[in-house]
Amino acid sequence: MDKQVKVYSTPTCPWCMRTKQFLRENNINFQDIDVSSNQAAAEEMVQKSGQMGVPVLDIDGQIIVGFDKEKIKQSLGI
Amino acid sequence: MHDLIIIGAGPAGITASVYAVRKGMNILVITKDIGGQAAWSGDIENYTGYQFITGPELAGKFEEHMRKYNIALNENEAVKEIKKSDNTISVTTDKGTYTAKTVIIASGKRTKELNVPGEKEFKNKGLTFCATCDAPLFAGKTVAVIGGGNSALDAALQLINIAKKVFVINITAGLGGDAVMRQKVEESKIVAVLNNTQVTAILGDKFVNGIKIKRENKEEVLSVQGIFVEIGLIPNSEFVKEVEKNQYGEIKVNFRNETNIPAIFAAGDVTDVPEKQIIIAAGEGSKAALSAFRYLAQRRI
Repeated sequence: MDKQVKVYSTPTCPWCMRTKQFLRENNINFQDIDVSSNQAAAEEMVQKSGQMGVPVLDIDGQIIVGFDKEKIKQSLGI
Repeated sequence: MHDLIIIGAGPAGITASVYAVRKGMNILVITKDIGGQAAWSGDIENYTGYQFITGPELAGKFEEHMRKYNIALNENEAVKEIKKSDNTISVTTDKGTYTAKTVIIASGKRTKELNVPGEKEFKNKGLTFCATCDAPLFAGKTVAVIGGGNSALDAALQLINIAKKVFVINITAGLGGDAVMRQKVEESKIVAVLNNTQVTAILGDKFVNGIKIKRENKEEVLSVQGIFVEIGLIPNSEFVKEVEKNQYGEIKVNFRNETNIPAIFAAGDVTDVPEKQIIIAAGEGSKAALSAFRYLAQRRI
């Protein structure tokens, strides 16, 4: 079964764009959460990741901070 | 042994790799990341051929171009040392040692750190080096921007529309940067510019809650939830000891991208080339590759 992927991001952040581009290239469906326009989601991201930098990925509960290609690949099994 | 090892895969390194491989050279690219500072840039409107493109998109185009040629690429690898003996250059990284007849250093620049207590602990916990990325997370908060040049002004301008209060902490007597931006920052009602002020520590528990500053020999603490460090860039040139550098640590090159050591070339923002621009870095990369090719052809090695 496909894993549930959430990407917490801001529209202006270059690494967020790279992350989302990478996921699209690998045909991974994900929920894109814009933390700049959603204060509750921003707080949720900070709580989950214990830090305030974007992007943050939530892959079936596993939290990955930043565009860490290797970790993302490993977590998704691609 | 490779004909050429290219260190770095920003605009300079990638362009060098494309030129070198098209000359039939056997090359290896060793890099920490792909795209370099270009991948961090916002909107780009001065790269010929693209009237408008974002940094990540342009970096993506560069990468695509490089990958078209099946170039040997070692990503996430940091170079620790370069040594030359006779006609062989050995490049030692955190993962191994490689040898080549020529090397192009195109390792670019990175953001400069404050080097004060608390900086490491609170990185991404209220302290950030990327205003473009993280500014929206500080809506309604009190923040400090450290620096007095264009990048600091740019960060302050992004924060003016988001934050409750913005301190600009500047070590010199007055703000630098472009007059238009400076005026906008100074005129904002929520900005307080503190000149002749030094940052001495970052404070907090789980996240940043303050910054310790020093002015007129007096220390005080400002209560802030966010800190944006914008004090400029430094060249990634520490791993190469023997080449000549200028006072900023930039590698000195001549118009053929030669360093003072034969067979070692350099290109892009890590060098003392005037003006740091994506298109200049790319052009310098191509020049360096052609110089390396010519170097080998003339010596038939």
